[in-house]
Amino acid sequence: MYPENYRYTKEHEWVLVEGDAGTIGITDHAQDALGDIVYVDLPKAGARIEQGKSLGSVESVKAVSDIYSPVSGEVAEVNHALADAPEILNSDPHGAGWLVKIRLSAPADLEGLMSAAEYESYIGAEK
Amino acid sequence: MVDFGGWEMPVQYSGILEEHRAVRTGVGVFDVSHMGEIEIGGPQAAALVDYVTTNAVAKLKIGQTRYSALLYAHGGCVDDILVHKVAEDNFFLCVNASNQEKDFEHIRAANRFDAQVEFAGPRFAQIAIQGPRAQATLQKLTATKLGAIHYYCFVDGEVRGAAARIARTGYTGEDGFEIYIAPREAERIWGEVMAAGAEFGVKPCGLGARNTLRLEAGMALYGHEIDASISPLEAGLDWIVKLDKGEFIGREALLKQKQAGLRRKLAGFEMRGRGIAREGYEVWLDGAPAGWVTSGSPSPTLNRNIGFCYLPAADAQPGRSIQVMVRNQPVDAVTVETPFYKRAK
Repeated sequence: MYPENYRYTKEHEWVLVEGDAGTIGITDHAQDALGDIVYVDLPKAGARIEQGKSLGSVESVKAVSDIYSPVSGEVAEVNHALADAPEILNSDPHGAGWLVKIRLSAPADLEGLMSAAEYESYIGAEK
Repeated sequence: MVDFGGWEMPVQYSGILEEHRAVRTGVGVFDVSHMGEIEIGGPQAAALVDYVTTNAVAKLKIGQTRYSALLYAHGGCVDDILVHKVAEDNFFLCVNASNQEKDFEHIRAANRFDAQVEFAGPRFAQIAIQGPRAQATLQKLTATKLGAIHYYCFVDGEVRGAAARIARTGYTGEDGFEIYIAPREAERIWGEVMAAGAEFGVKPCGLGARNTLRLEAGMALYGHEIDASISPLEAGLDWIVKLDKGEFIGREALLKQKQAGLRRKLAGFEMRGRGIAREGYEVWLDGAPAGWVTSGSPSPTLNRNIGFCYLPAADAQPGRSIQVMVRNQPVDAVTVETPFYKRAK
């Protein structure tokens, strides 16, 4: 369920790091808790984002939730497909529902994040 | 599950959009057992109900239901309620879960009549069956002729052997029924309703869909569009306020308010820019804060983002350009006629 090569936050975001490139999304647990997602607000390419700070928001029918960045860096690419089809976040949160790709500025950020196994036990305990 | 006035209730079962669609196109079922019930009996029951509520009770026939409100003397809302006339000396009130103790105390304190007020919540579970296939679903389970029950009327009958008060009422903007049964029968009847609705694609529905459905239908939710600080006139509920029916609690305050002119009024709006309005967001007019959002949501039926807000009365008419502050960004919106959604008759 939770890809081994991703790293996870307590706020239910994931990051996949390849070299100095990172892809950020929200977890399956997060999309399930939010319900039907109808709107995604994301930063523009070139924006600087900081670990632990809000990089945007997702809205379900019921509520709005901030997305907290798992790592710091500069936004290289934004998933524009989500503007017209936010439901992708519900159907494929770990794949086609990625939010932004960034260039990492502080690779050491990864050290504080959880592995897939740690995240699964974290959400298990949260339930 | 969320805590809702002490009741553990699901926000959603299969998903708000799917549940919402089921009610608009087929049938959806809600466990609304959290709703409170108050029974008023005795020779002067009608006089007491008339004194504590805004709508006219005198004209109500046995088997009819009216939407109404309980007011404080200062004109603010204690609650919005349904009044069912069971007999000349028996009225059945359905009230909001979180207000039921307060409502009961309020009515009891006002009881200077030969009437008894009974807190009946623990004796009733309530299941709402809503949608264009609601009648076809429920009719399988009862000998009561549902086609003979008009909108906002009710009969005492049975559902699969359980004594049931069957009312053609709802909080969704669709046709449908709300049935009141003994709590010990609730689980069995819930199962029967789900089985009977299977051929119509019945969905169990949670609080989330209940909110989007009532919002599209332009119905107020206590704690949002109305509360102790808001009068029914401000909330656009003039149609349930019968100022000429005689004395009732809050009447003097409403008369004064009407004479002086309303300061603010509820308005429906639609977002024009990208963004969803949520409860509590500021509403701006011509560059200055002027009101607040009471409810806001995407409308699954209309595919637009809609909401209600309070505005200065002079600006509350449809067609006014407003801005909703969505996380400190002004987003364009416009006031519109309500209800946002009306079912085809």
